[in-house]
Amino acid sequence: MSADPAGRAGYLDHPPRMGFFTDTSICIGCKACEVACKEWNAVPEDGLSLSGMSYDNTVGLGASTWRHVAFIEQPVTAVADAAEGVRWLMASDVCKHCTESACLDVCPTGALFRTEFGTVVVQDDVCNGCGYCVGACPFGVIARREEDGQAHKCTLCYDRLGAGMEPACAKACPTESIQFGPLDELRERAALRVADLRAAGQDQAQLYLDDPDDGIGGGGAFFLLLDEPEVYGLPPDPVVTTRDLPSIWKHVGLAAAGLAATGIALGLGRRK
Amino acid sequence: MTQVENGHPDRAPGRDGRRRRRRAEQLMVPDAEFTSYYGRPVIKEPAWGVPDVPGYLFLGGLAGASSVLAAGAELSGYGELARVAKVSALGAISLSAVALVHDLGRPERFVNMLRVFKPSSPMSVGSWLLSAYGPAAGAAAVSDLTGILPAAGKTATVGAALLGPAIATYTAALICDTAVPGWHEGHREMPYLFASSASCAAAGLGLLTLPTAAARPARTLATLGAPAELVAKRLLLRRLGDIAEPYETGRPGQLLRAAELLTVGGLAGAVLGRRNRAVSALAGASLLAASALTRFGVFEAGMATARDPKYTIIPQRRRRDHGE
Repeated sequence: MSADPAGRAGYLDHPPRMGFFTDTSICIGCKACEVACKEWNAVPEDGLSLSGMSYDNTVGLGASTWRHVAFIEQPVTAVADAAEGVRWLMASDVCKHCTESACLDVCPTGALFRTEFGTVVVQDDVCNGCGYCVGACPFGVIARREEDGQAHKCTLCYDRLGAGMEPACAKACPTESIQFGPLDELRERAALRVADLRAAGQDQAQLYLDDPDDGIGGGGAFFLLLDEPEVYGLPPDPVVTTRDLPSIWKHVGLAAAGLAATGIALGLGRRK
Repeated sequence: MTQVENGHPDRAPGRDGRRRRRRAEQLMVPDAEFTSYYGRPVIKEPAWGVPDVPGYLFLGGLAGASSVLAAGAELSGYGELARVAKVSALGAISLSAVALVHDLGRPERFVNMLRVFKPSSPMSVGSWLLSAYGPAAGAAAVSDLTGILPAAGKTATVGAALLGPAIATYTAALICDTAVPGWHEGHREMPYLFASSASCAAAGLGLLTLPTAAARPARTLATLGAPAELVAKRLLLRRLGDIAEPYETGRPGQLLRAAELLTVGGLAGAVLGRRNRAVSALAGASLLAASALTRFGVFEAGMATARDPKYTIIPQRRRRDHGE
């Protein structure tokens, strides 16, 4: 699959593909990204209760949560110079802006579209709230907002990108855990970073969704994780559902042909 | 069920998070590798409501297969059955259109479905199919009932019969083309289950409403559709493997077991009650109910596989780590 989703979508002359590299190894769990996103995009409040899930009271991405910081407390046994205690993992999750986007593929109205930056955005004035994108997303990112009945998700600050600015979350991140830029550059930087971490003894450090040959053609937003993806609530091997569409339509066609043939057989009878 | 956003019900109580975590840990027993984020689902349940969407799966099947039955009955000289089937097709497709529009978050924008045609979206394909099939089914029924424009009525009958099989089966593509493990992984079997379940519904309505002598093609359709449905469901469960669990347990399991009993009973009644109006009618009602229960069961089983992260994580780990 082409690594140039904007070109595939028909943009003849377009800027380089832009994306996020979220390096969770330097996330401090400040949630500035969550706040900046809400503020800039005027995303409504969606609950102010306590979850009991460490410092995570945001719980997950949704129609009104476009950045979500996960907190994982892991008991660790004493090794070498490190004492026994808790390892605290923090990670800021976001829409992956997949190269092969299930939400965009299944949207029946064209409300979801590919921008010239290779990102995926919902048009508020077109979405009729059918909800198909919600079940199609392999990451559980996009959701329908009860107040307006429409689907919403991260736009990678399409408005800011158009003005040459970086997205609000990346701008607000105090540690540069959220890095924004041309995807090619981010991938190079991420490869160096994960090599450094592994050399320093972080055996579980791994890049997630950086590979253009994975099940979604690589993410426009990808991550450096310090444990397996499912620990952070991410699917370990996501595959875009529409990869199986040829097989799906084939079996639908065969089943429909079987039903039609039954009808013809009924029609060939004669009333006694 | 339409609540999809991470809103209050999911996040309100702290104890809910713990309860979910404990449940996930119990489920980890067969696979020690399985971990999740506080037992939270990885994917979101589709934002589809009950009874709108499972009701639509049933009604679309009833309509599509009824149009097939109508054409078959008309060609073989069973005019009463053809008329019943045409009217049932029109009624079912009208109700299903209402259910579909009602389920939209912005119902007044339903025409946006026809802004584009996208083969990658079964819902787009379905919207275009419906907008061709609906008028055909309507014209066929109205012409038959009123006797107006018989030639056009015949053309509409044939047209509806050609589109009917697509209407009855595309809904399998609709639910399987999602990240929901309990639907997607069954995409090779679901269309056959839906086609045979639709046949049972259409045949059931014919058996229920007409004297035995007038409903022969419906009886034939029932004797073909019911065994096919039973086989297709077995194959679906075998394909799903571990993910089949919600199809066999809990509420969806109950719905599907009831559906199976009604299908078997309906088949037996259709075959044995050939000359008995009461037995035939009961068999027809059983098949109709079985078809509805099957769709509600499949719908709810799939939703259950979306809610529990183990159905997403364990098969993906297996695929990634062992290339299965």
